[in-house]
Amino acid sequence: MAAVRTSGEVALNRVAIVAVLLITLIFLAPIYWITATAFKPRNLATTIPPTVVFTPEISPFVKLFTKRSQLREAPSPEEYEAAPWWERTIMDGGEKVVRSGRGEVQLSGYPDRFMNSLIVAITSTVLAVGMGTFTAYGFSRFKVKGEGDLLFFILSTRMLPPVVVAIPMFLMYRAVGLNDTHWGLIILYTAFNLSFSVWLMKGFMDEIPKEYEEAALVDGYTRMQAFFKVVLPEAATGIAATAVFCFITAWNEYAFALIMTNRRAQTAPPFIPSQVGSGLPDWTVIAAGTFLFLLPVAIFTFLLRNHLLRGMSFGAIRK
Amino acid sequence: MATAVMTTLDPRSRAASRGLSDISIRNLFIIPTIVFLIVFNIFPLLYSLGYSFTDFRASTNAPARFVGLANYRALLNDPFIWSNFAITAKYVIVSVAGQVLVGFGVAMLLNRAIPFKGLITTLLLLPMMLSMAVVGLFWKLLYNPSWGVINYVLGLGNFEWLSNPDMALYAIAITDIWMWSPFVMLLSLAGLSAVPKHLYEAAAIDRAGPFYTFFRITLPLVAPILMIAIIFRTMEAFKTFDLAYILSSQPTTEVISIRLYKMAFQEWQTGMSCALAYIVLIMVLAITNIYVKYLNKVKER
Repeated sequence: MAAVRTSGEVALNRVAIVAVLLITLIFLAPIYWITATAFKPRNLATTIPPTVVFTPEISPFVKLFTKRSQLREAPSPEEYEAAPWWERTIMDGGEKVVRSGRGEVQLSGYPDRFMNSLIVAITSTVLAVGMGTFTAYGFSRFKVKGEGDLLFFILSTRMLPPVVVAIPMFLMYRAVGLNDTHWGLIILYTAFNLSFSVWLMKGFMDEIPKEYEEAALVDGYTRMQAFFKVVLPEAATGIAATAVFCFITAWNEYAFALIMTNRRAQTAPPFIPSQVGSGLPDWTVIAAGTFLFLLPVAIFTFLLRNHLLRGMSFGAIRK
Repeated sequence: MATAVMTTLDPRSRAASRGLSDISIRNLFIIPTIVFLIVFNIFPLLYSLGYSFTDFRASTNAPARFVGLANYRALLNDPFIWSNFAITAKYVIVSVAGQVLVGFGVAMLLNRAIPFKGLITTLLLLPMMLSMAVVGLFWKLLYNPSWGVINYVLGLGNFEWLSNPDMALYAIAITDIWMWSPFVMLLSLAGLSAVPKHLYEAAAIDRAGPFYTFFRITLPLVAPILMIAIIFRTMEAFKTFDLAYILSSQPTTEVISIRLYKMAFQEWQTGMSCALAYIVLIMVLAITNIYVKYLNKVKER
């Protein structure tokens, strides 16, 4: 903007600064609130007026990792019939819902779900970024017939609503026994992230000068050696950024996980909300689980801040 | 071993004596990805196209019976399905309009000499990086009528957000606006910073008012990028599932993805749901085409 000159413009600028700060606070408030709730003692979680000043506790986290209620005996048919659907879902998965003396549904199985999320997100990220990097290099350096069409095809696979793809995938997975397995989700998330990884990596590859490899070829390297020893190191930041993007997407995915898993391979996104029944859930424990789940994404967002815009718009805008 | 075989297959390359030829490297790098995407994206779609012409139910062992176009006819004549589409359209319009107003507004404010601009932009990125399902869950906590923070801060008493059929869809849209306004803001900021400064200087010399400057200079030049943001968000909002499914279970918030999910995995009308999936798919492809057209337009600039 032009330099601020008149007193009117100075005042306007002050108003803008105050407004921006206020809006930022409003936008961050929900995240702050869930974080605060995660550190509250149980009795302060749902007070009115809301408790702002409190002594932080780690008891919600302790409960999150200790209150487990693995099934010891199958629920009786009467118990099953009497239970609402969300509890039945847990029973179907082999865990019996345990209620405390006050009738609250207690949390169970969070550590397993967190591990499942880690396994699925990390493996699918490695696969998607690995394949994506190779493919991007192929598109970036060699002539490919119908390159535009192929790239559009790759991008188009990401535009489908998950529920649309999930119906046939569910049937196919059921036929080959991939439902409720880690590999089932890993394959789906890899397919989902691959398009993105190819597009993003192609942007990075295009920016690495071809002269680097040509020099390596002159020095007696083969194409493969030049790729691994010259191009990959140059692309390292791009690979890292793409990997974080893919990880966040896989980490956050809900619809496929809801449909394709129920117990063994269930990830945290379908699990955490399923813990909120109609009764009086312990919100501090749910908030603790949510906080832990959001933490990696928050850290990555901070590390990745300069790549985010480009990634989210498929390279339409270069910053 | 493999190297020798491949090079003999491809005598065209000059580098044949030095490892893999360029063409075989290219194929080795590209073909697996294409095959993988065909197997896990295109094949399932063809598979469900087949089922969309049958009365198959995945919950029974009865074999699928071919019914021709009956599913499509039934769906297109079903007023409930059209009301699901109407709900979806309403949701898309409210949430995208909200995101554009808030996002572009914040971008206009941020497009000045603001202290900590980088830090603020980074902090505003956070909502859109979170899981929609988990965001839905903690907004449920915020919206709680008896002890939620929102009602307390706004002084709304026991106002029902999610259990009120008239309000629930707007409540979901508000959460979506919270999540995705930062995205519109980011794209708008990129657009705003690309507007040449001399245009504003010329306008200042001509003593043009702020409205004239905004509508004649700022808006037309930012419009293409803003359009991308709008199309992108429209596409995503049309697909909405997580947020609406977690936040509310009102009939008034049953967007088309939720209808599809219920039809497929709760009512187990597999054949019928495959047909509905195809109707949705065609709509998404139409929006996608518009999107890609604009994307190319802006890239050419």
